Amino acid sequence: MSAAPAAGQLPDAAGHFGRFGGRFVPEALVAALDELDAAYRKAMGDDEFLAEFDALLRDYAGTPSELYEARRLSAQVGARILLKREDLNHTGAHKIRNVLGQALLTRRMGKRRVIAETGAGQHGVATATAAALFDLECVVYMGEVDTERQALNVARMRMLGATVVPVTAGSRTLKDAMNEAMRDWVANVDDTHYLIGTAAGPHPFPEMVRDFVRGIGVESRQQCLDLTGALPDAVAACVGGGSNALGIFHAFVPDAGVRLYGFEAGGEGVTTGRHAASITGGSSGVLHGTRTYVLQDADGQTIESHSISAGLDYPGVGPEHAWLHDAGRATYLPVDDAEAMAAFELLCRTEGIIPAIESAHALAGARRIAPELAAELGREPVIVVNLSGRGDKDVHTAGAYFGILDKE
Amino acid sequence: MSRIGVAFDKARADGRAVLVGCMPAGFPTVEGSIAAMTAMVEAGVDVIEVEIPYSDPVMDGPVIQRASDIALAGGVRTADALRIVEAVAATGASVVTMTYWNPIEQYGVDAFARDMAAAGGTGLITPDLIPDEAAEWLAASDAHGVDRTFLVSPSSTDARLRMTVEHCRGFVYATAIMGVTGARAQTSEAAPILVSRLREVSDLPVGVGLGVGTGAQAATVAGYADAVIVGSALVRCVLDAPDQAAGLTALRRLSAELAEGVRNPVR
Repeated sequence: MSAAPAAGQLPDAAGHFGRFGGRFVPEALVAALDELDAAYRKAMGDDEFLAEFDALLRDYAGTPSELYEARRLSAQVGARILLKREDLNHTGAHKIRNVLGQALLTRRMGKRRVIAETGAGQHGVATATAAALFDLECVVYMGEVDTERQALNVARMRMLGATVVPVTAGSRTLKDAMNEAMRDWVANVDDTHYLIGTAAGPHPFPEMVRDFVRGIGVESRQQCLDLTGALPDAVAACVGGGSNALGIFHAFVPDAGVRLYGFEAGGEGVTTGRHAASITGGSSGVLHGTRTYVLQDADGQTIESHSISAGLDYPGVGPEHAWLHDAGRATYLPVDDAEAMAAFELLCRTEGIIPAIESAHALAGARRIAPELAAELGREPVIVVNLSGRGDKDVHTAGAYFGILDKE
Repeated sequence: MSRIGVAFDKARADGRAVLVGCMPAGFPTVEGSIAAMTAMVEAGVDVIEVEIPYSDPVMDGPVIQRASDIALAGGVRTADALRIVEAVAATGASVVTMTYWNPIEQYGVDAFARDMAAAGGTGLITPDLIPDEAAEWLAASDAHGVDRTFLVSPSSTDARLRMTVEHCRGFVYATAIMGVTGARAQTSEAAPILVSRLREVSDLPVGVGLGVGTGAQAATVAGYADAVIVGSALVRCVLDAPDQAAGLTALRRLSAELAEGVRNPVR
């Protein structure tokens, strides 16, 4: 399945999705962004690149991932739930798709070093993996708070040969890791590619990352047709920066009958102010090089986000989601920590699958919308849920949450 | 017509470069920052660059990050920064503001240009706003007659240098190195090359910043630039001081050293 983008869609040539997107960066980075943009456009029209990317996705990453009908879960939820098993990809999440695409581009641009930011550590692990495979030097910036709650992934990155730099500035989470990676990039842009892990940041990252992960939706669409003979009624995904959601949404955007749901991290509840739901609880602003929905105060200072899931703990969101929201094509709703953890437990017990806590937000959302959809359609709805990652990294957090760890 | 032109005209008449000193607004407090900026002016700094603190300053190194965090933790707001601009402008010094784009967008782009002009500010330096995304700022700064300083970098192509200076008014900010703010031991080899590239496409005054922190470095940069911009080294005077008096003493000493430097350019 080709990862090439469909023609005639957003963004415009300067990376704008309506009023969102664009490039809000120091001039020092413009030359590198232009170089990346040119390399990416050339690659997307180059059969050799696409063949190499497809071969890596198939032989190395293990895609296409299965679309698995979760029958016991479906019975509990009251909808036919089809799980897109991105958790079974090499390194345990959808992130590997984007990383392999960007690593190929890094090699084409003749750069020898990659840097990355990571929250849950999944993108960091994927980047360290690709760096090992492509023999690139790799530095991963990770908020100090996240290095503690995701210690397993820190160890994985180090085993793969990457240097992990704990970031102690600001809230010591994903946004601060991204600031630090930007600073590194400004200083080392000649030989370094900044391998951004989500469909955010300055143009061309939102478009490019989307195109590298959109195979998730291309595959799901065909798999759903093969399995059920029809398109799904709804597609559900969790949204932090939003790459897994865009990845599964994008191929369905032209299918007007398919509802698209993005579930943001509601943390302790949007009304408490302690959440990471940028679209539901934020407003339009500029963060990390793009205009999008941002959690901010009246002066435009970023407000720290909160979520039990490190991978969703980000106060912004990719600009294409901001546009899909404004255009009314996708619906964004918050799922709080408790609701996500209940869905986490339900999937463990009904299907024997331990999901990433990020993905548990998508499951919880699907569970919530199932009865509404059933009532509206007058039948059992078919919902494709992007199971974007596996939960090995979250065992400690979830164990502590459920109180099932033996005392140390 | 540029508002900051006066400062450049005066320095040119003296046969020297302008000295620009940067300090975050509200660091360590609103009153403390006014005292610091006033001390800088008294010791020979020509132009005060008031940096409006932002939570995610990607062009700033650890010193200004820390100062900005302290200012924000103290509750400083954009309106306070404008109050500081007004107080410092009242001393007779030229004042330019600097901040990242989101605080301006949330304040209201036109309102900021209007209120900054009313406070006596000459213009705004925008480290993460390039002319390509600046339509609203171009209109607002024109409407209220304030200057626009965009950045250029050693990595900028000739076409982008030309385009960027065309959109500037007052002066252009040439970043001496590829990197973020912070004093460095070596002066930049890339900066004189960048400045001579700018001279080929424009007669707009050029300010050079990033990594300048001593009188000797100021003298070197004054040898080829129209303005020498110093930030982190000045901020560190306050950050490292045990109390306010010691901080102001250190700040006066360094300001005087830098002022001496721009008066003895190494050509």
